Amino acid sequence: MASRTFRIWRGDQDGDGQFAEYVTDITEGMVVLDAVHQIQAESAGDLAVRWNCKAGKCGSCSAEVNGNPRLMCMTRMSDLPEDRPVTIEPMRTFPLLKDLVTDVSWNFEVKKRIRKFKPRAPDAEDGTWRMDQRDVDRVQEFRKCIECFLCQDVCHVLRDSHKHDEFVGPRFFVHAAALEMHPLDTEDRLEELKEAQGVGYCNITKCCTKVCPEHITITDNAIIPLKERVVDRFYDPVRNLFRIIGGS
Amino acid sequence: MQVAEHDVLVIGAGGAGLRAAIEASAAGASVGLVTKSLLGKAHTVMAEGGIAAALANVDGRDDWRTHFADTMRGGQYVNNPTMAELHAREAPDRVRELEAWGAVFDRTNDQKILQRNFGGHRYPRLAHVGDRTGLEMIRTLQDHGIHLGIDVHMEWTVTRLISDGGRVVGAFGYDREKGRFQVFRASAVVLATGGIGRAYRVTSNSWEYTGDGHALAYEAGAELIDMEYVQFHPTGMVWPPSVRGILVTEGVRGEGGVLRNSEGQRFMFDDIPDLYKGSTASDPEEGWRYTQGDKEARRPPELLTRDHVARCIVREIKEGRGSPHGGVFLDIAWIREKLKDSEAHIRRKLPSMYHQFKELAGIDITSEAMEVGPTTHYVMGGVKVDGETQMSRVPGLFAAGECAGGLHGANRLGGNSLSDLLVFGKRAGEHAARFAGANPRGAASGAENEQVEAATRDALAPLERQDGGGDGVGSYAIQSELQDLMQAKVGIVRSQAELESGLEDVLALKERSRNVSVAGNRAYNPGWHTALDLPNLLLVSEAVARTAALRKESRGAHFREDHTAKDEHWGRTTLVVRKGADGEMETVEEAVTPPREELQQIIEENR
Repeated sequence: MASRTFRIWRGDQDGDGQFAEYVTDITEGMVVLDAVHQIQAESAGDLAVRWNCKAGKCGSCSAEVNGNPRLMCMTRMSDLPEDRPVTIEPMRTFPLLKDLVTDVSWNFEVKKRIRKFKPRAPDAEDGTWRMDQRDVDRVQEFRKCIECFLCQDVCHVLRDSHKHDEFVGPRFFVHAAALEMHPLDTEDRLEELKEAQGVGYCNITKCCTKVCPEHITITDNAIIPLKERVVDRFYDPVRNLFRIIGGS
Repeated sequence: MQVAEHDVLVIGAGGAGLRAAIEASAAGASVGLVTKSLLGKAHTVMAEGGIAAALANVDGRDDWRTHFADTMRGGQYVNNPTMAELHAREAPDRVRELEAWGAVFDRTNDQKILQRNFGGHRYPRLAHVGDRTGLEMIRTLQDHGIHLGIDVHMEWTVTRLISDGGRVVGAFGYDREKGRFQVFRASAVVLATGGIGRAYRVTSNSWEYTGDGHALAYEAGAELIDMEYVQFHPTGMVWPPSVRGILVTEGVRGEGGVLRNSEGQRFMFDDIPDLYKGSTASDPEEGWRYTQGDKEARRPPELLTRDHVARCIVREIKEGRGSPHGGVFLDIAWIREKLKDSEAHIRRKLPSMYHQFKELAGIDITSEAMEVGPTTHYVMGGVKVDGETQMSRVPGLFAAGECAGGLHGANRLGGNSLSDLLVFGKRAGEHAARFAGANPRGAASGAENEQVEAATRDALAPLERQDGGGDGVGSYAIQSELQDLMQAKVGIVRSQAELESGLEDVLALKERSRNVSVAGNRAYNPGWHTALDLPNLLLVSEAVARTAALRKESRGAHFREDHTAKDEHWGRTTLVVRKGADGEMETVEEAVTPPREELQQIIEENR
């Protein structure tokens, strides 16, 4: 059994935060979240951390571990360098509530602004639909999202440029793509994606794709196709010509 | 004090709570939805295998009757037959409704919703999305629900129900962020708080599952039933220690995975219960054919009910044939002998299992066997409710999902939980809205205010004790001791002496917990939250220990090594737990409701 040193961000909404050092014993197979829990039980009972499933399925325990946005429950201690302390910070893109917990409520508000699923009329008399597995594979990739918001955390349009009012972020482009590419959906979201949701701000640096714990190919499979649809609709010169001739 | 006003208050935002909120809202009620976590993180998200519903998409012979009979057989015939019937009849519509709300299930070759085999289900019945069905379900309900005008109170915890004139009129709770208190006034309350898994050391449940709904209902005067039936899922991870208890879906066995001991033997063939003799494969080859959809073949013994599989695993470990880290082997990699593209097949069918073992245990399940052992998973027991309306004996108080009792009897079949959440979540929401419409609450009374004051005092007490010095004990320490003792004495294999000693220990801990003191302030303080969950956890632990000590037989998930057989008297008896006039917990025997004649006939035809 070896002990390791942790530098964990302690702070609240009002005051300045700082790193506090903790030392705890590490056993085989431990993940970062285990260490945080152990520290909580041993010496920091009021250390705030969100978690639920501890198996990478709920997306609650997002944080920045040694500077990398990660789920703490899926980050094994054995994968972190042993020669220096493990640094754990809250996601920096969202306002701090306390310690490792941030205010992610903005994400829940943004989602409400995206038009909901609107299916075509059922295919069969019993009110059911027919879909081929081939045609749902693409959407199923997007629907793996566990809403950990790590993609939002690293997106520089949010993190550095703070475009929260004009840009919904990678998570919600994945959400919009899942709806737009759903074989049954009949809603049209392109105008809003272009205007209110700011898909044009994304300059495809793929930071979101790199940190996705579900390995969703966010940029290539969700955002770029949405951008292409927007371009086809609003910027295609041939279409524009028809639009001018047609007087619309 | 802040006050929120709703017609219907739903406590818990997993599958049952969300479904109840959607239904109540659709019925025109104003709805408040309280959740301890963020929206979409509840335990439903962890469900892997699928939703049981007799859609008959894969096997045309399936219908609600067979599903009903399977559920009753799995529950050892002590289920609430009305609930089992409604569940089987209505589950298909609830699944189709999810598709109409945007869920994307895996498809059959003829483009319908695909269904898979699962333990105790005669036909392939589980609608699924790989092994992340729960995520699909909760996200679909969440994304549908957020457009309905439901007020979601995220990261709020209810510590007490408020009643007046013999009915509930609301609840009292605190928020995690700042520790603010709030009264939620409502004309009807739906409990949908899930289970009690945190009472045990080895569990698939998260910090949230502290029996809140069970305890809130009990304190408000409702009854609990079937608390002795706690399901230990046969396959949880056992290694490394930090992931012990994390669920390994039954879907692994549904896709052809087999259980072996250290001698390489498929030990499940050694002990097949009489109830299932006729429907179990006679050799491995037949079992394999069953998993691949051969309608003439019978199921492999790995797909027997969870209670039985868990006990067989315990037996192998006890008798020295376990795996190196105290489990047995679960092997899906072997199917490469049968399928050319087995590696891709496993990754497609069981993606999150692949991921989970790869990242947490360094095991590639397409080429190596997993080590698995039983983990606390689910409580069959819960609030006693009317089978049709889901209302408890307290007017205006409803319960649905895991925190309600009755549907599953002595043992729940895999896949019947997600369908339970949908069917009875909907019913609870519908009837709660109706009740609220017909029985609007009055203005806040003196009695209500007294309860709010008492709840405030109770909530602050652990923080105030930190200044008092003295013999304060930490909340984490008490919880940890409770988990160890429940695991050791009120676990999978039970005996009178251990249960009685376990009960004594729980009661002693309850005494000590009155001195719990926590450091820090009210802002997002997990030590304080743990302290406020403790009374609930202790209460449900006491109920489990008491009822388990009384039931002197083995039935379903309740296994007594000192009474290994079923008993006729107990087969007709349900144990009811409630708060006695003296404030102490009392247990009473009640007769099991027999199924009406038509249902009895269905049971007989399917024996």
